[in-house]
Amino acid sequence: MSTVLVFVEHLDGNPKRGGLEALGAARSISENVVAVLAGAGAELAPARLQGAAKAVVLVGDASSPDACAVALAAVAKSEGARAFLALATSTGRDLAPRVAALLGSSLLSDCTGLERNGDSFVVVRPWLAGKVIARQRSSSPVLCATLRRNVFGPASGGPPGSVVAGPAIGTGKAKRTALEAKGSGKLDVAEASVVISGGRGLRESRHFKLIEDLASAFGNAAVGASRAVVDAGWRPHGEQVGQTGKTVSPQLYVAIGISGAIQHLAGMKTAKVIVAINKDREAPIFKVADYGVVGDAFEIVPALTAEIQRIRSQG
Amino acid sequence: MNIVACLKRVPTTDLVPKVGADGKSIDAAGVQYMTSFYDEIAVEEALRTKEKLGGEVIALTLGPSDASKEVRECLAKGADRGIVLVDPAWSDRDAYSTALALKQQVETLGAKLVFCGRVATDRDQASVGPMLATLLGWACVSDVIALEISGDAGTAKREADGGIETYAFSLPAVITCQKALNEPRYAGLKGIMAAKKKPVEEVPCPNPGNQVETLSLAPPPARKAGRIVGEGVAAVPALIEALRSEAKVI
Repeated sequence: MSTVLVFVEHLDGNPKRGGLEALGAARSISENVVAVLAGAGAELAPARLQGAAKAVVLVGDASSPDACAVALAAVAKSEGARAFLALATSTGRDLAPRVAALLGSSLLSDCTGLERNGDSFVVVRPWLAGKVIARQRSSSPVLCATLRRNVFGPASGGPPGSVVAGPAIGTGKAKRTALEAKGSGKLDVAEASVVISGGRGLRESRHFKLIEDLASAFGNAAVGASRAVVDAGWRPHGEQVGQTGKTVSPQLYVAIGISGAIQHLAGMKTAKVIVAINKDREAPIFKVADYGVVGDAFEIVPALTAEIQRIRSQG
Repeated sequence: MNIVACLKRVPTTDLVPKVGADGKSIDAAGVQYMTSFYDEIAVEEALRTKEKLGGEVIALTLGPSDASKEVRECLAKGADRGIVLVDPAWSDRDAYSTALALKQQVETLGAKLVFCGRVATDRDQASVGPMLATLLGWACVSDVIALEISGDAGTAKREADGGIETYAFSLPAVITCQKALNEPRYAGLKGIMAAKKKPVEEVPCPNPGNQVETLSLAPPPARKAGRIVGEGVAAVPALIEALRSEAKVI
């Protein structure tokens, strides 16, 4: 049975939803899935996993990505893995190319589909930020791929039957010395299931309060931005959605005061549901929106925020 | 100190791509090219590092012979010389075979610092920088938004999902550059004239073997036609109702 190794991210032993999605994707191509975990609290995570036959917990400090990659590649080798999967998070996208290189393998990043075809693997992945979709076959010694968030269903089943200690993580050439965390509860635009984005139609940076208020009314939403407002310095670049920002696939994307340049559309067109609020009826954003409201965002958004708050308070 | 700035020729971001007749490549007709957005930031950071610490900046690309055009643009901004690793099948090259070719060239150059863009805006892989570092056995910090180098060590801030991470690293190192790191300069007329006299070397770089094969390329699935639910505040109840009963997202 071909073994698939999955790097599962967790926070103090609580697996991230994306980690469970990666296990779900792995189960779709193999019965024999091995989860590998690292970092503070990793030993608590296996009991909370689903879909893995086995969990390997790396020993020691996980603050050096190059040293972590060496340990991950060692586990891939000792488990005889045919595939190595990670989520396309900032951590996964940093580690996976290193692990792939150590395994003499190429990498397929940010995949939205994964299939097994006899002895080879086929992935689906967007190019040009999603303007075209490619099917690519890997003949790497080990299929190495990162998976887009919010695309694969999480695995089901019980916790792994066996949990073992993996190799110790050595000393690396680069080491994380500090983390300046975002405000508590602030979600990244690429991981949130609801994204509320604002553009130049908001006219001034302080008007992003409207966007933030709507995002907090949803509770599970992240704030996004168009390139124009990031370039103007209104918002941090980490919030930029589009071809030179992040590509997102949330359940709900609300574009407010964003006209919809092709580079922006490429970054959000795979959202399940798109809502656009814009005063220009001819704006290209309405061509991809499922639901559009034409009018003044300064009137519409507060009313929408109040409605969402009312619905959520009713549970 | 030799500093390498890696760059890739990519289609301009306003491209509306058409799938070619073979069903697995982008129709090259009418495609305009540019240096990948983040590679411009890598070139700028290489130049700033040279201005602080001295040394020579080498602009390195893997592409068609014609990619000397993008390399000349780097020379016009202040890079000292350029190298084009020429592979006519450059656009099909996978990340691993690209990283292997760059590794060999970086070793030949005896460089201590390599700057890459965070991601190339064509294939969106974000892989070659960390792969190159791994093959070289060097340190690597990716998605860097602030950088300090002093002597044989440096610190870098990295934009991560959970916040801003700080890394301490030793040289030699590969740094992949994210948007906030700097504001790339424009080439002046003097620079453009000077660039004409700077050397650009073309080195044949056949691909020893791709591990990735593109089977097919297709436009993204078309979205179901949407509708305007109304105008102004009066449309809010209808929007809420649609999101609740039809789309079932709230």
